[in-house]
Amino acid sequence: MSHQPPKGLPSRPMSPFMLGQYYRFQLTSLLSFVHRLTGIGLSIGTMLLAAWLITLAGGPETYGMFAKHLTAWYGQALLFCWSWALLYHLCNGIRHLGWDIGKGYELKTAYATGYAVVIVSLLLTAAVWAVAYAK
Amino acid sequence: MAQFSLPQNSKIDKKAGKHFPAPAGAKNVQTFKIYRFDPDTGANPRMDTYDVDMSTCGPMVLDALIKIKNETDATLTFRRSCREGICGSCAMNIDGTNTLACIKGCDEVKGAVTVYPLPHMPVIKDLVPDMTHFYAQLASIEPWLKTDSPAPTRERLQSEEDRAKIDGLYECILCACCSTSCPSYWWNGDRYLGPAILLQAYRWLVDSRDEATGDRLDALEDPFKLYRCHTIMNCSKTCPKGLNPAKAIGEIKKMMVERTV
Repeated sequence: MSHQPPKGLPSRPMSPFMLGQYYRFQLTSLLSFVHRLTGIGLSIGTMLLAAWLITLAGGPETYGMFAKHLTAWYGQALLFCWSWALLYHLCNGIRHLGWDIGKGYELKTAYATGYAVVIVSLLLTAAVWAVAYAK
Repeated sequence: MAQFSLPQNSKIDKKAGKHFPAPAGAKNVQTFKIYRFDPDTGANPRMDTYDVDMSTCGPMVLDALIKIKNETDATLTFRRSCREGICGSCAMNIDGTNTLACIKGCDEVKGAVTVYPLPHMPVIKDLVPDMTHFYAQLASIEPWLKTDSPAPTRERLQSEEDRAKIDGLYECILCACCSTSCPSYWWNGDRYLGPAILLQAYRWLVDSRDEATGDRLDALEDPFKLYRCHTIMNCSKTCPKGLNPAKAIGEIKKMMVERTV
């Protein structure tokens, strides 16, 4: 996209862009950005899942070493983030499916579903942890 | 490839900006911080600050720009024509969103008004971006009525229902606010057509008189041209005419699926 100016003139700068710094974040772009971030986070999270299965197969001793970290405060914090990332990605994924069938493009609807995704994902996360700690 | 920061020659030189104070005695002063690039010197862009006496200025951002150019700094360069939101010339990034300077009220912005050219475009001078690529992309979708059937003796007629299908599409003035607000267009604009051009594409796809629907869809069936849209919806949010490019793109994607099912 670099169109060169006439000969003898200096090269043209690129005008400022970037969300946050020069272009205002808005709910729709923010949620889209978070959708990507949670997607990346979940890909990394699958390694944790693999590690969990591998240590489980390794017997009680190896699993104990692993579970020790998972039940520690930092392990729980990570798991909490991952559970929310999963539920957010799921809820927003459903929102995307709506768009794929051509529904929910009006700005009002897009904002309503956007807020709904944030609230529902938080409620579901709270529910998951309530069940986990109730036992 | 996604690029998150400005190239070296495009970074804003924070020390180089000049300040033009309002005339003494001005009471109702609003500050305008405006992006400046001078191709004659080739120095990095800078932000100049103009304090404008709003009691002798029209209500819109464009009025302020014209006042600055007339009274304070004649070197300030920007495009403008109709001053009523129908030509699309004065599209720029005002207060962090793209809009037309002529229909953006100065009082809509709290505090200083920051003005940049349309984002992620090569800058010719100050607020004037190079639109060559954007127009080439428009030409690539062949935005005119294409027919195979012999020309009738009168106009090609359309039912009221079919005519209604191009409402919300034909009103586009091609100001490029939407395309240059789109992160996908920033990062893949060389191959992704962007919301403005795709809305135009849909305007012809959905026109009952056009007979090249299949060819038009073939031309868009490409990983980049159409499918770089990830429904971020900056386009629909920013459109100064209140149109919905995201929805038009969604409709094209639907047409793509429907013709193969």
